[in-house]
Formats: sequence, C-alpha cells, structure tokens
Amino acid sequence: MNAPIPPSRLTSADALRAAGVGLRTRRLRSILSALGIVIGIGAMVAVLGLSESSKSDLLSQLDELGTNMLQATGTAGIGIGSGELPEESPAMVGRIGPVETVTSVSEVPTANVYRNDFIPAGQSGGLTVYAAMPNLLETLQGSMAQGVFLDQASADYPVAVLGSVTAERLGIRSLEVPTRVWLGDEWFPVVGIMDSLALSPDLDRAALVSTTAAADYLGADLVPTKLYVRANPADIGDVRNVLPATVNPENPDQVEVTRPSDALEAREAAESALTSLFLGLGAVALLVGGVGIANVMVISVLERRGEIGLRRALGATKRHISVQFLGESLMLSFIGGVGGVVLGALITAGYAVLRDWDILIPAAAIVGGIVASLVIGAVAGLYPARRAASVSPTEALRAL
Amino acid sequence: MTAAEPSVRPTIALGMRNVVKEYAGEPPVRALDGISLDVAAGEIVAIVGPSGSGKSTLLHVVGTLDRATSGSVHVAGYDVNALNDKALSALRSRHIGFVFQQFFLLAGETALDNVADGMLYTGMPLAERRQLATAALDKVGLADRSTHIATKLSGGERQRVAIARALIGDPQIVLADEPTGNLDSKSGASILALMKELNDEGTTIVVITHDRLMAREFPREVTILDGRVERDSGTPL
Repeated sequence: MNAPIPPSRLTSADALRAAGVGLRTRRLRSILSALGIVIGIGAMVAVLGLSESSKSDLLSQLDELGTNMLQATGTAGIGIGSGELPEESPAMVGRIGPVETVTSVSEVPTANVYRNDFIPAGQSGGLTVYAAMPNLLETLQGSMAQGVFLDQASADYPVAVLGSVTAERLGIRSLEVPTRVWLGDEWFPVVGIMDSLALSPDLDRAALVSTTAAADYLGADLVPTKLYVRANPADIGDVRNVLPATVNPENPDQVEVTRPSDALEAREAAESALTSLFLGLGAVALLVGGVGIANVMVISVLERRGEIGLRRALGATKRHISVQFLGESLMLSFIGGVGGVVLGALITAGYAVLRDWDILIPAAAIVGGIVASLVIGAVAGLYPARRAASVSPTEALRAL
Repeated sequence: MTAAEPSVRPTIALGMRNVVKEYAGEPPVRALDGISLDVAAGEIVAIVGPSGSGKSTLLHVVGTLDRATSGSVHVAGYDVNALNDKALSALRSRHIGFVFQQFFLLAGETALDNVADGMLYTGMPLAERRQLATAALDKVGLADRSTHIATKLSGGERQRVAIARALIGDPQIVLADEPTGNLDSKSGASILALMKELNDEGTTIVVITHDRLMAREFPREVTILDGRVERDSGTPL
C-alpha cells in the first residue's frame, strides 16, 4: 500500500524567490512599470511633506510675529470716507487699556521716490513714500536687512529707509557705499533696507521717512493712513471691537480693522486646498501606475505560459501559480512605493532647504505611501494572478 | 477507499486500461481511443507515432497534466482518477519527472537552481535542494556547469540540465517528450545515451518521439496511431 502523498508545498522564501523571477529577468520592463507607482507615491509624499514643512514654517512665523497685531485703515470712496484717519487717533488708541504699542504711517502723496533725479516723474515704479514713527519696525516685528531704522537721532534729517521691494526696484543692493535716493525734490541718504514685512507687505513697496523730515523737507500735511496696534493677546477681540469707535469716533464705520496674521492663516488655508488638489493628482497617477502594473502582468502571463506549464508539471498547484504572480505584482508596486517615498522625501528636503524650512515628512505619508502602493499592487495583480492560475498546463506546454 | 490507496502492483510504474481522451467539438476529437499499456518499474520505453497520433495527449494523461475521459490510469501505484487536482500536483512534485523538447529552463537562473527547482513544490529548503541538484548535475555530467546561467548553455547541455531537474527527486517515472527534438544529431545521440545510462541505474523512462529510427534503439517500442496502440515490441515483466 502506498503512503499518502504529502501535499505540494511552496515555502514563503521560495514563493518570494518565484515572485522575483519575472522582475529579475525583465528588469527594464519592471522598472518602467514601477515608475507609475513611483511618480504617484512620490507626488503624494512630496505634497504632504511640503505642506507639513510649510505649515511648520508658518506656525513658527506666526509665533515669531505674534497674532496680537491689528491694523486700522480708513475706508476710501465717495460717501464712505477719504482713506485718512483722524490726526489724534494714535494717541486715542494708545489709551485703550490692553493696547501695548501703537504706531502709524502717513502716506506722503506729494512725493515719489526715484533712483536719481534723471528718472522721469511718471516712472514712480508703484512705490509709495510714507512718514513713519520710530517704533514702527518693533511693532511690526520687522528686521533690517541692512543699515538701521529711523530713530530719534535721525528724526530731524532727510534720511530714508527702504522696503525690500523698493530697494530691489531702485537697484540698491548694498549700503556699503553711501547711497541716496531722489525723494520729492530732495536727495535723501538711505540709512537702511528692511527685510520683507510678513505682517504688512505693502510697506515692502515703500520708502519711509521720519514725520519731521516729511513735514520739513517734503512739505507734507501729515494725516495717519494706517494704524498698527499691538494689544494683550487675551483681549485682542475686545480691542478689535472698540478700535473703530476709538480711531474715528465721528465715523466709526469709515474705519476698517484687520488682523494681518489672519491673512497668513488664510494663505495657509488656500495652500491646504491646493494640497488636496495635488493629492488628488497624485492619486490619479497612482491609479494609472496600478493600471500599468496590471497591464504588464497580463502580458507577462501570456508570455510565460511555458513557465506556468512547467511549474504545473513540477507540482505547482493553481494556488501556487496565483501566489507567484500576485507576489510579483506586489513586489513591483512595493518597489514603486519605496521609490516613491524616497523621491517624495528628496523633493520635500530639496524644496525645504531651498526655502529655509524645517524638513518635515509626516510618518503617515511614508507608511500610507507604502500601504497604498501595496493595495494598488494587490488589486492590479488579482486578475492576472487568477488568469495565470487558470492556464491549462497542457495548453501552456503546447503553446511553444 | 482513500485517494492514496494503490490498486496495481507496485512493480508497475505506469498502468493504463482502456484510456479514452476526447476533446469537445463537433464532432468530438478522440485523441486516445482505448489505450491499454503497462510500463514496469526500471523499464525504458519509446512511444513512437507520427504527428497527430495522440502521443502528446498520452504524455499529458500519464503525466497527470490532463485527465482521461474514460478508462483508468495508475501512476506510481496511485489511481489517478481517485485523486483531486491538489493531490495530482503533489503526485507530480514527488513521483513524476518531465523532460520537454523546449527544455523550459528559467531564464536568468543558474543550472544548479534550475535543477533545484525540480523539487521546488515539495517544501524542501533551498539549501537541501541545491545539494541534491549538485548530485543530479553530476549524474548528467554537468558538475562543472552548475554556476552557469542555464539558458546560456548549449542545446545538449540545456537538455541535460532539464534531465537533471527531472531526476532530482528520484521520481518513479520520467516522461520525456521529444527530448532530442531541438538538438543536433550528435547532442541527440548523447542525450539518448544518457537516458539509457540512467535507466541502467534503475530510472523508469518513457520517451515520446516521432523518430522511428531513434525508437528502434530502445529495448521496447510502442507504436501509436490514431490514438490506439498499433504495435508493442515487448510486454513488461
């Protein structure tokens, strides 16, 4: 009597080896078909990484700049105001309890700033001249790229501080050599260039002079145009509520109060929407990658009928054949997933270094990327694997 | 009765009784028409017939790759009709060795690993399979080619690798389908000599060929025509 036949068995290690046969023997095709997954996962990881890194940058920026600053401007238009604020408004706002600092700038509409006196008056370059108080920089949490800001010492003199865009447009890169600009009808030495002001980007396109200089040298009749107020963060809502009536008790409705940090947060929200869009695009690329893998696997099954026949002759069950082809598809997509995570991480790191951000790649993006690629691989491999298993060994061996 | 219970004498490696194989069609094609054939353990037999005579179908049926429409088939003492697909796979993995005209070697793998694949589906660890493969390669005279990529060897050498793969598990029967069909006459003759040598050492071999001249060199020659045994030069035991 014969002993029962031990069932056919394929160890996990052998299954892995068998799944790798197709990849080893058709390397270029494997790389190309995994590329779809690389691009899909890479895009998704990069989008998540960049969004996280930029968010962290924004948070640290907000942290640094504070969210307790309010800006008040006069509304302008027929019947709704002149765009100016009452002269005494800074002093009045300063008397609100929780207000820590208040400063104002006054536009000098009669003056423009030019690189020199040969520039035609019409070519003002969209730059504005403001009279500013010495505490403006501190209130805005700004910093100087070069030189110094207006201070008490320079208050009586015709000196100018340029915003970052102004300096760029006037072609002034360095203050190492004494530099002056043609402002109004006077030469104003430039004493400083500010870094870009995140909380008040409009001042990047301005040339600032002291209020005394504006009155003495430019003959300006100064009326505050904008008020910048720092208040106790806990009371910021209350301060915001009383600000219009304090600034302009006669016409509180002609005062517009904004919180510049809200604009930064709104920018982040807009970027989040873009992130979703790019994630969607990444998902589409991933899906296309999956279809590519399915396609390659179906072709592979057709091409390797002889091998399937041989394996059946060697004792493989249908399940062994389907495990082999499913394994191959999973391997392809796994390689694609790992490649995609590496690509996404590199893109994030490269861009973050370029923008001087912290490099942040969410662990969820890495794990999610690999898992997503495996899911795609499993789905893409299912049909080819079933098809391979259903190949009749006799037909497969006859096919060649 | 269990599937594993044998029902013919164990000295018979292969037994067929009134085997019919029909392929569906209008009218159905009868590839095997009542074949009865016994191959004793340790025998070497040539099954010869022209193209379309049914010899490949015969190989597939006795190799358990295909089922007979009617009649009984016993391989290595097992009643094939009583075995399900999984059990047939197990039977092939341990008791039947195949040699094909097209060699069917895996591209990119060494001769040693191709031979080791002969026992891939028995669950034996790779290291052990490689040990057996080394011995099998030695048996077919290719010990010095074990690390070569199998598909880069000469035709005769490739067929030797395929034979070693069929032999590795010491099967009860080796089925060879036109083993010299893709070889030049010199390599063909050496493969034939090798098979006789292996038979001398006790391996049961059934060679399927359309080459009458070659078939004559075997001690037993079974001629197939239109799915029937036309002539059998000897009876086993």
